[in-house]
Amino acid sequence: MSTESIAWPSTTAESRPFIDQLHEWVTTVDHKRLGILYIAYALVFLLIGGIEATVIRIQLIRPHNNFLSPQVFNRMFTMHGTTMIFFVVMPVLFGFANYLIPLMIGARDMAFPRLNAFSFWLTCFGGLLLYFSLVGANGLYGAGNAPDVGWFAYAPLTSQTFSLGHSTDFWTLALLVSGFGSIGTAINIVATILCMRCPGMTLAKMPLFAWLNLVMAGLVILAVSPLTAAQIMLLVDRYLGGHFFDTQAGGSAVIWMHFFWIFGHPEVYILVLPAFAFASEIIPVFSRKPIFGYPVMVGATVAIGFISMSVWAHHMFTVGMGANVNTFFVISTMAIAVPTGIKIFNWLATMWGGKIEFKTPMLFCIAFLFQFLVAGLTGVMMSAAPFDWQLGNSYFVVAHFHYVIVGGILFTLFGAFYYWFPKMSGKMYSEALGKLHFWLFLIGFHLTFDFMHIPGLLGMPRRIYTYEPGRGWDTWNLIVTVGVFFQAAGILVFLGNLIWSYYRGEGAGNDPWDAWTLEWSTNSPPPAYNFASIPEVRSRRPLWDLKHTDDPDWKYE
Amino acid sequence: MNAISTTMPPPELEWKLPARGRAGMYALIAAEAAIFTIFVVAYLFYIDKSLSGPMPRDVLSSPIFYTVCLLSSSLTIHFAVKSLRGGNLRTFRAWWLLTITLGAIFLYGTASEWHRLIYTDGLTISTNLFGTTYYSLVGLHGFHVIVGLLGLITVMAFTLVGVVTQEHTERIEVLSLYWHFVDAVWVVVFTVVYVIGR
Repeated sequence: MSTESIAWPSTTAESRPFIDQLHEWVTTVDHKRLGILYIAYALVFLLIGGIEATVIRIQLIRPHNNFLSPQVFNRMFTMHGTTMIFFVVMPVLFGFANYLIPLMIGARDMAFPRLNAFSFWLTCFGGLLLYFSLVGANGLYGAGNAPDVGWFAYAPLTSQTFSLGHSTDFWTLALLVSGFGSIGTAINIVATILCMRCPGMTLAKMPLFAWLNLVMAGLVILAVSPLTAAQIMLLVDRYLGGHFFDTQAGGSAVIWMHFFWIFGHPEVYILVLPAFAFASEIIPVFSRKPIFGYPVMVGATVAIGFISMSVWAHHMFTVGMGANVNTFFVISTMAIAVPTGIKIFNWLATMWGGKIEFKTPMLFCIAFLFQFLVAGLTGVMMSAAPFDWQLGNSYFVVAHFHYVIVGGILFTLFGAFYYWFPKMSGKMYSEALGKLHFWLFLIGFHLTFDFMHIPGLLGMPRRIYTYEPGRGWDTWNLIVTVGVFFQAAGILVFLGNLIWSYYRGEGAGNDPWDAWTLEWSTNSPPPAYNFASIPEVRSRRPLWDLKHTDDPDWKYE
Repeated sequence: MNAISTTMPPPELEWKLPARGRAGMYALIAAEAAIFTIFVVAYLFYIDKSLSGPMPRDVLSSPIFYTVCLLSSSLTIHFAVKSLRGGNLRTFRAWWLLTITLGAIFLYGTASEWHRLIYTDGLTISTNLFGTTYYSLVGLHGFHVIVGLLGLITVMAFTLVGVVTQEHTERIEVLSLYWHFVDAVWVVVFTVVYVIGR
């Protein structure tokens, strides 16, 4: 197996004129460049979505605030939700998958490099289309510019009658276009993992990262397609006078809910499985132990994939689906906590007795373990239909899913940024700034989302633009908003760290963490062809085998 | 490093992975199947929910002939791929052309049915729920037939220029998978629209 590779002439690339470099980036089909494009694109939208969240929280900092008008408030929460799900978390996860999967499985590129570029640009223009609504939907007949129907856009709010103008069309088309991009990338990931592994890497020897992303891609294929179908139906309703969701003509508003959540709930697992993938790579390396219970981890992942397809209607307990349907979805939702719990125990067991190094990536993963546990617990609470009848559509729900997405997914994502930044840039980040980011963000996260549960329990509904004083919500909302500023400060430190380290950071070397997966065997950043000669593996930790020839893993697997 | 290779267990049998074209096409088919599932569910859900006519039993008649055409095109494309694998380009061309013809006949069938429904029976996509679900589902399938035909015609053009040879069997086979899928979906659509729906 070859660990060396020829130096990539990066110095000559930098000296070329800007327009040439731009042309190279726009026309690239290299999985690493596309991965970085995905990530950079997602970071831009993270800032935009974060500003929207901040604006929402400023409006809610005290009762009867007049910072935003009710109309603008509706647009803000719609754009915040849509942006964060479709144009931040999904692209950034696809970016990491794109960048890392071929490196981890010892391939030179994805299975379909041009499809890869096509998918990225579809996603990219989907996001631009959503924000073009601010310009494009303005000044036309009807009201409003940006979409204001909420991120799940329930019927009949989206019908021509209630949503004049073109803001909803921009929302629909943006999701349709980026949905095609997501499906394209998912097909690519599946084909890459199944068909491009280096010799010796059987499915049972793949890094868990690849396994989790394989299941994630399968879920994208099965879950994003229904969303695409539903968006086509909505377009038929809006443009061709169809009646899918038109209750006046016998159509059903509830079927939109079903179609949306058939996408919407697996989507949560589409987002969280890559987060699990990051944790499954980072925790073993910083505990200096192989992952505990690899086959069980794979099994739990596949189980989550299957069960997640049958839990969607727990978003609809308050609709009134009848006792039998409710019971089914209560049980299936509770059941999914089992494989998820297995994973948490396996990560803990990986850390148990390990020689833990509290570097920034590990800190984020440890915080993830605790926070994801709490998020899962509130999830199990709300999976009980009667409890959900009380708290459905309240701030408790908002707190719950932000606990999952921020406390679970975003934290591991930050961990992944710090862990793979040396590989992607060749430079080491600043550990001090990384720790500052961690603590700022941790404090901000807990101020915001711990305390957000309480006004929810006290009956504060989501999506209200203001509230009456004296209901016991005032102080909690103040604390929640204060937390946002800590988080914003953390994000700025994070971006500052990335930029500063990229230009001023020390060289990181090829393998700064003494890690075990194949991406650390090549240069940092890797050359265009990834590996000078295609590696051959014998175990789940090929680099361990190379470094410890006297005691290789393949003797025990 | 030499020391390692001597201590390594003997290399396993030949390292063989599935072809990426097939894997990609199967994944695409899974995604398409999910899209069709949603449209089929919507169609089934809205049977007999239209508030005004025309109703399916008044205006629909089973397009048996066109169905036979489409389904037999699965057979002809199978023979086409088989001849290509055997290196028999003349038979490949003949079967391929027959497949295109059968697909085109089917498309003509859909078009004439729609023409009759629109101009004689006054059923459009906005008339009632039946119209909305019928034109969406059958139209989605028709769209896939058109895409498949464009693919088939592209291959035909390349064949006539003479650049398609035996070594392209794998790729042609991937396209034929898509065509089989389009045919299989029609079995579902036919059952839902013309059997259950009436």
